[in-house]
Amino acid sequence: MEKVIDIQHLRKSFGSNEILKDIDFSVNKGEVVCIIGSSGSGKSTLLRCINLLEKPTDGAIIYKGENILDNKHDIYAYRTKLGMVFQQFNLFNNHNVLSNCTVGQIKVLKRSKAEAEKVAMKYLSVVGMDNYINAKPKQLSGGQKQRVAIARALSMEPDVLLFDEPTSALDPEMVGEVLAVMKDLAKSGLTMLVVTHEMGFASEVANRVVFMDKGVIAEEGRPEQIFNNPTQERTKEFLKRVLNKQ
Amino acid sequence: MTWQWFINIITKYWPMLVRGAGVTLFISIISTIIGSIIGLIIGTIRTIPKQDRIVRKAILTVINAILTAYVEFFRGTPMIVQASVIFYGAAMIGINMDRTVAAIFIVSINTGAYVAEIVRGGIISIDKGQFEAAHAIGMNHVKTMLNVVLPQVVRNILPAIGNEFVINIKDTSVLNVISVSELFFQAKTVAGNNFRYFETYLIVSIMYLIMTLVVTRILRMIERKMDGPENFIVIPGNQMQVERPEDQLRRQK
Ligand SMILES: Nc1ncnc2c1ncn2[C@@H]1O[C@H](COP(=O)(O)OP(=O)(O)OP(=O)(O)O)[C@@H](O)[C@H]1O
Ligand SMILES: [Mg+2]
Repeated sequence: MEKVIDIQHLRKSFGSNEILKDIDFSVNKGEVVCIIGSSGSGKSTLLRCINLLEKPTDGAIIYKGENILDNKHDIYAYRTKLGMVFQQFNLFNNHNVLSNCTVGQIKVLKRSKAEAEKVAMKYLSVVGMDNYINAKPKQLSGGQKQRVAIARALSMEPDVLLFDEPTSALDPEMVGEVLAVMKDLAKSGLTMLVVTHEMGFASEVANRVVFMDKGVIAEEGRPEQIFNNPTQERTKEFLKRVLNKQ
Repeated sequence: MTWQWFINIITKYWPMLVRGAGVTLFISIISTIIGSIIGLIIGTIRTIPKQDRIVRKAILTVINAILTAYVEFFRGTPMIVQASVIFYGAAMIGINMDRTVAAIFIVSINTGAYVAEIVRGGIISIDKGQFEAAHAIGMNHVKTMLNVVLPQVVRNILPAIGNEFVINIKDTSVLNVISVSELFFQAKTVAGNNFRYFETYLIVSIMYLIMTLVVTRILRMIERKMDGPENFIVIPGNQMQVERPEDQLRRQK
């Protein structure tokens, strides 16, 4: 199986506080990987290290056979290959829905405006937001914002899409519409790495579930294995806690 | 004081006073624009994130020190003193500055110092998520600033710039120390001719008030223009894969 990204011995410290401790982890092409774990276990930090929003302290991130942590590497070109969907949406406030999806294509990928708009419309209709191209972010509901954010990431046509708790900032009635879009994307064969607290989504959609605890990967496996027969004590404990809450 | 004197002053001296008001407006507009551009550039440079490489780090430190000195100096001394120092200083080393040019120069760099801080504050107050989202789609620092951050900063600081403009209209009056023929200088001349100090300055104060009020209104209008329409148009007819209940309702009607 072809690895899209391969992380080797990744470490990240903030000051003397080591958050990620020797993470080995990879994502295969077409795979949907869900990362679960309690708050503060380092899930977001791992995702942010992968697209270099945080600079790893040590280790390697192999993409297309090259370690992108080598100094000579063009991190901007690399980032265009990874889409990122944030918990807080982070749509560009000064752009409307359509130009949120075109500005990166035009300024970074150097596509023409016409081509960029065609691509953007394609993905806006995938997320069901093609009727709202003139709207400004502040005029949209949370669920709509997040769907536009997904379309913006897709418009760059990345190799893998990273999601950091994409539904955690949403009102309960809007969680469904975003998860529905993500399920569609998963079915279409998109490679996805999703940090989530939605255990239902993880067990239904993921090919692989990764459980993180205190900066290490405590356990990983197929969803039915992790959710039904976890081998590690801390996985069991975590699942008991979150599943009881739901 | 009689009404007659007001009428006399206005009928006799209005061309001088209006010309003075014109010079005041001209200097204020040009200087506010130039000053804002200076401030935008300096404020942006002062927020460049820390550099890893030694050489870049050193260059940035030096530039920042110079810019800090500039901002501190012009914010920390009165413009009337700056005008005198620059104008007579230039004269001493043999440069005879055109008075209007000198005026624009002084007001511009003064405005620049203030706007630089306004811009810096504006950039700092932009949500970190905006930078991260821009970086995440592959924009470098310059592209992030030009396409995402600065447009928002400019919109947000527009009221503060308007405020600077109003301040400039009033503060150009100190330029009479270098004999720029702005409104206050003209008023001094008029009052010196007719010895009607109170009436003349009262007329002039009303002229300043009219200018600042009109400018404030115009700026408010520009702000509203920049915000665009309150509502957006939903483009009907396209198929939706994910429908919200209200969309469904709208379609069924
Ligand atoms: N910029 C930072 N500086 C210092 N410490 C940080 C920074 N970012 C994160 N941390 C710390 O790293 C740890 C892991 O944070 P992280 O956000 O990765 O957790 P998480 O697993 O995503 O948690 P959550 O489920 O709450 O989102 C936390 O203890 C946090 O305080
Ligand atoms: Mg997190």
